[in-house]
Amino acid sequence: MSWLRQLTQGLKKSSASATSHLTGIFTGQKINADTMESLEEALISADLGVAASSKIVQSLAKKYDGKSGDQDALLESLSEAIEQILTPYQKILSVSDNNHPHIMLLVGVNGSGKTTTAGKLAQRFSKQGKKVVLVAADTFRAAAIEQLKGWAQRTSVDLISADRGADPAALVYQAIEKAKIQQADLVLIDTAGRLQNRVELMDELAKIVRVIKKLEPDAPHDSLIVLDGTVGQNAISQLKAFQQVSPISGLIMTKLDGSARGGALVALAEEFQLPIHLIGVGETAEDLQDFNASAYARILLGLPPKNRE
Amino acid sequence: MFDSLKDKLQSVFTGLGKRGALSDSDVDAALREVRLALLDADVAVPVVKQFMDSIREKAVGAAVLKSVRPDQQVIKIVNDGLTEILGGDATPLMVDVTPPAVILMAGLQGSGKTTTAGKLAQFLKTKHRKKVMLASLDMTRPAAREQLRMLGEQAEVGVLPEDDKQTPTQLAKRALQSAQLQGYDVLILDTAGRQSIDDGLMSELSEIKALSKPSETLLVADALTGQDAVNTATAFQSRIGITGIILTRLDGDARGGAALSMRHITGCPIKFAGVGEKLDALEAFDPARMAGRILDMGDVVALVEKAAEAIEEEEAMRMAQRMAKGKFDLNDFLTQLRQLKKMGGLGGLLGLLPGVGKLNKQLAAAGVDDSMIKRQEAIILSMTKKERVSVALLNASRRKRIAAGSGTSVQEVNRVVKQYQDMARMMKKMGNKAGAAGLKAMLGGGSPLGAPADAGMDLEAMAKQFGSAKGGGLSNFGKMPNLGGLPPGINPNRKK
Repeated sequence: MSWLRQLTQGLKKSSASATSHLTGIFTGQKINADTMESLEEALISADLGVAASSKIVQSLAKKYDGKSGDQDALLESLSEAIEQILTPYQKILSVSDNNHPHIMLLVGVNGSGKTTTAGKLAQRFSKQGKKVVLVAADTFRAAAIEQLKGWAQRTSVDLISADRGADPAALVYQAIEKAKIQQADLVLIDTAGRLQNRVELMDELAKIVRVIKKLEPDAPHDSLIVLDGTVGQNAISQLKAFQQVSPISGLIMTKLDGSARGGALVALAEEFQLPIHLIGVGETAEDLQDFNASAYARILLGLPPKNRE
Repeated sequence: MFDSLKDKLQSVFTGLGKRGALSDSDVDAALREVRLALLDADVAVPVVKQFMDSIREKAVGAAVLKSVRPDQQVIKIVNDGLTEILGGDATPLMVDVTPPAVILMAGLQGSGKTTTAGKLAQFLKTKHRKKVMLASLDMTRPAAREQLRMLGEQAEVGVLPEDDKQTPTQLAKRALQSAQLQGYDVLILDTAGRQSIDDGLMSELSEIKALSKPSETLLVADALTGQDAVNTATAFQSRIGITGIILTRLDGDARGGAALSMRHITGCPIKFAGVGEKLDALEAFDPARMAGRILDMGDVVALVEKAAEAIEEEEAMRMAQRMAKGKFDLNDFLTQLRQLKKMGGLGGLLGLLPGVGKLNKQLAAAGVDDSMIKRQEAIILSMTKKERVSVALLNASRRKRIAAGSGTSVQEVNRVVKQYQDMARMMKKMGNKAGAAGLKAMLGGGSPLGAPADAGMDLEAMAKQFGSAKGGGLSNFGKMPNLGGLPPGINPNRKK
């Protein structure tokens, strides 16, 4: 399957790094507390966080304590444990036909890849035959509007933007009204990056959400948080804070084509029980992949993909 | 910033504080908790390991200081360790070279390179009065060039005109030429964001570095980064070679373990901290303060100082008791001199006095300055232990020896001895007569600036005044009984 190949390619560096941590641990020796500690450290090194890592390792320890080491079996078990955690949250992002229009809001801290993700999503849904209106509600960052213009032109979707410094809430209001008149299927709103502890910026986001609800009480139908693949445990704080402003409906993690392993996803899934929709493994629109728990867990640990998956 | 780690460590130490004495297992338990806290703060695993090793080494070797609570002791050790990792003293940016000084910005996508380039331009322009040019070499992202141009306009610095057809290396050459011809002091090169594992982009970057010969190659890194900080730092350091780090998004609530990791891995100083979106939101990175912020309960540095103060207080208490008993030898005299020195010397002390300007000049004319304190210290240090306790031993030949040993003259030795004797006599008088009450008057009321003497002040309060260099304004002046506020041994009348 082509997406898996792409995913594999994108993630292979991540997994190479995780594997190098793991392979040293098991070779031939008996599995004991030291093995488990190294294993835990390897998982922590992949940003799974202390809590999730020790939980996973403890469940393994019960199974393997005192037995002699079989690295492959242990890794398989580990991958299964991670897969088990993630599988319930594997969910494809889709545009519902019941909403006129379906409203998607992208939020996150600066530099997490929101704007690029917005562009890629516009292309994805426009390819699916949806009429997409892209809203450049990041009126703060120099050049954010230009960046989206590029995507809009390439994918020939409508872009609604305002001058730099304009009120993003007002822009969103206009955009939704316009989308309704145009009978668009999807309104995709890119918001400015904001650190979650900046009260005034979070208030600004809250205002955007209020304005959306004024026009569409059920909206936003999807509030997606975009996370940088290199993010550490601060992801939890990010999610908590954004949740308070606009209940997050799903996660997108970008930039997993680097050396980062994105294990924060596991920690987040454990803590917030939110769907993981997509992961970004490269520059192009096709590199924004539907999340697959099994493939992700295996690649995270450097295991070959299962046959026919 | 670092609040969450702070909270974590604080809870660790609150636990310790309740227990009093620190046993071996307590240390272990504490360090286990510290380890977890650091890992939770995204400090990279190998860095945590090394840190814990060094801390254990120090903790095991170090005795818990007298009069310092065990938890304070651990705080100090952890704090020192963190400060060490974060880099000791900050080093300034190297821009004072033959112009144009080139600053090369490197970093992962979305780390905040371009914004930081703009901030740095503004910083160098306003704080260093440099003529700065910005040039974007980012050919992969047109919007990035647009962004840098806007930032350049905002900061009112030069921006290299764009040319879509040129490669990054060609652009770099052109930027160098323009900067040279137009007389710019500093050229900031913003490069394309890249993944640390992207070979093509990395070799392009090292090519740009080779031809532009930057005086600073700065890695821009996101404070929100997790364990990957190690990979990023390692890759950029080994492939490009960096001279410093700029940590962005420190205004967020990230625990910022990446700061520790990157500093430790690269050995390069963290030079600046990005603390907001605006152009002026760039601060010099202060490792000591940052370490303080990581640990702190209010302010760890103050806490550590307080702990040290506690020792001083005890010392002062002992001294006050000795004085009350009429015991005051040259060792005590030396302690006083040293405390005076620590408080910023005579100059620092007098500077705090209102209307002392005139007196200051007079003192200077009389040769009373800090170097005198140093000489007096040298004189006492040249005495034997016995001599310091019993001045009567000091005959002419001993005095000659002391003068030679301290590089002073016999007259100066005589003067120190005389001053000491004057002081000791005074102490004795007070010790005998009114005891603490006399001292009280001397310490509180005797000071021209200290709070009016509190009639109920006891020995302990007095000791506090001795110990604390800060307490009660200039109550420390009370330590210098003769001359109503002038330090002991400094006798303006000595030159007749």
